[in-house]
Amino acid sequence: MSAESPISAAVDGQAGPPLLELKDVQMMFGGVMALRGVNHRVIAGRINSVIGPNGAGKTTLFNCISGLLKPTEGGVYLDGERIDGLPPHRIAQMGVSRTFQHVALFKHMTVLENVMVGRHPRTRSGFLAAGFRFPGMRREEGLIREEALSHLEFVGMGDLADIPAGSLPLGKQKILEIARALATGPKLVLLDEPAGGLNMKETEELGELIQRVCGKGVTVLLVEHDMNLVMDISHHILVLYFGEPLTEGPPSEVKANPAVIRAYLGESLTDPPAASSK
Amino acid sequence: MQKRDWLIFLAVAVFLAIFPFIAARISAISHYIDIMVFAGIFSIVSLGLCMLMGYAGQVSMAQAAFFGIGAYTSGILTSHFHWHPLPAIPIGCLLSAAVAWLVGVPALRLKGHYLAMATLGFGEIVHIVLNQEVEWTGGPSGLVDIPSLKILGVRISSEEAWYYIVWTAALCTLIFCFNVLRSRVGRALRAIHEEETAADAMGVPTARFKLQVFVLSAVLAAIAGSFYTHYVTFLNPGTFDLMWSIRFVLMVMLGGVQSLWGAVLGTVLLTFIGNEWLRVFADFDILVYGAILLLVALFLPDGLVSIFPKGRSASGNV
Ligand SMILES: Nc1ncnc2c1ncn2[C@@H]1O[C@H](COP(=O)(O)OP(=O)(O)OP(=O)(O)O)[C@@H](O)[C@H]1O
Ligand SMILES: [Mg+2]
Repeated sequence: MSAESPISAAVDGQAGPPLLELKDVQMMFGGVMALRGVNHRVIAGRINSVIGPNGAGKTTLFNCISGLLKPTEGGVYLDGERIDGLPPHRIAQMGVSRTFQHVALFKHMTVLENVMVGRHPRTRSGFLAAGFRFPGMRREEGLIREEALSHLEFVGMGDLADIPAGSLPLGKQKILEIARALATGPKLVLLDEPAGGLNMKETEELGELIQRVCGKGVTVLLVEHDMNLVMDISHHILVLYFGEPLTEGPPSEVKANPAVIRAYLGESLTDPPAASSK
Repeated sequence: MQKRDWLIFLAVAVFLAIFPFIAARISAISHYIDIMVFAGIFSIVSLGLCMLMGYAGQVSMAQAAFFGIGAYTSGILTSHFHWHPLPAIPIGCLLSAAVAWLVGVPALRLKGHYLAMATLGFGEIVHIVLNQEVEWTGGPSGLVDIPSLKILGVRISSEEAWYYIVWTAALCTLIFCFNVLRSRVGRALRAIHEEETAADAMGVPTARFKLQVFVLSAVLAAIAGSFYTHYVTFLNPGTFDLMWSIRFVLMVMLGGVQSLWGAVLGTVLLTFIGNEWLRVFADFDILVYGAILLLVALFLPDGLVSIFPKGRSASGNV
């Protein structure tokens, strides 16, 4: 699938309300401005990417969306509802899930159990139901297992269900994170450098997987340094540069934008705004 | 529980069932039944604490205080107000749960080990109250006139009867805890323990789960406290001080924080060490416990269970 696919043509006119909207999101760490006012709309049903050089603020942006960080200024809206400042588990409950740039699996739990944890926000048995093994809890437990397995099969790891997550090779760990994120039943999934540490073949498979995720109706927001992958599968790309959007558009436009090329060659466009110049 | 756990469970249950018959016939160890009653009572406390330490990754330095809240609630209601012992038990649980909730809410909202500090202070307050409220608690000279336990009109007074009641309760607690750990709740707890941020991002309300385990541990401690009250029929604040809280932590660590069986094993061993084998060191008990703690930390960081062959599945040695 490429940028010129019918989907991207149809939605690029910014039709419909955005699934996720960032309004002037700023994030300050002490004196460091990691995000300097990001305005952006994520349209549902497609693969949206965020690219930018190291330190541009991509992960920080994900942290602001998923609730791990509270933006210093500005707002994050999911389906029109403000979510910044809510705790991460509430945001997950509302349908935003994510993977981590530095793998954050539950290493001593099995592959399957990792995905089962992902079912948490869609299930409910508590201490008493579990301790006394109420019938409802047992039924739910069976369902959790089934659903988790189907997510594992979806990413092609059904045969690895019972081994400890920590003993998987890095490539598989990255994929497992995606399965775990999908298990939460998200509308929007944030993938932070899923191809980091993957070889070429794995990266290709990852690209197909991400397209299948999107095909299921889950909107994707992808941060990735592998430009081939990004240009291949994205419908829309946002370029971040020193915490600010530089440009956005379909891959063909972004690829050809001279400012983007310069940013990636490491040339300063104008002078990059100094860290504390505000 | 998995098959292996059921086999261990069966073996332990059989051993516990016949132990009094053996002990009664050998005069040198006939008093072991009494010690085992205490070990059973303390096991209920340490199982709760094991859930908190091993699976929620938090330490409480006030388990003796919750034990005391259960004990004194039962003691006061049955001695001052002549309640029947059984209805007094849930009152102690409720009170203990409420107090744990009040201490836990602010302490567990923050990541890190604030609970250990908060409970350190709270345990001290409980100890002071038990000493000062002489009118209710009898103060340092103790609370007396506590009736013994009555079930269906039958007074439970023999050591053997207590032994079986207490160990049945302890084993039921063990099964309850096993069930919790092998469920959605247990997975959430282990997830929090391993990668708190990821657990949160996957929809696990981390603070609420830690709070619930803490409350559970306080309720179990209170139940054990009620048993204790009616077994010894005399309460003295000395049993509910920091030293005892440390002992409970040590019982869990000695057995292995990540193992419910370890908690029971550690409790039995430490109860025997304290009451029998190292009694001569009674005045230096803080040194003895310090030494045990050091040895465990240095040579057996996963506790005594780690010397047994592992049937450890990847799902954790629960
Ligand atoms: N918790 C933090 N405390 C202080 N500074 C931070 C923190 N997190 C990020 N930063 C800073 O914010 C800036 C943006 O970091 P961020 O991790 O978002 O970049 P990134 O675009 O994800 O980079 P990369 O491509 O290397 O992953 C960097 O200068 C970084 O040092
Ligand atoms: Mg990053």
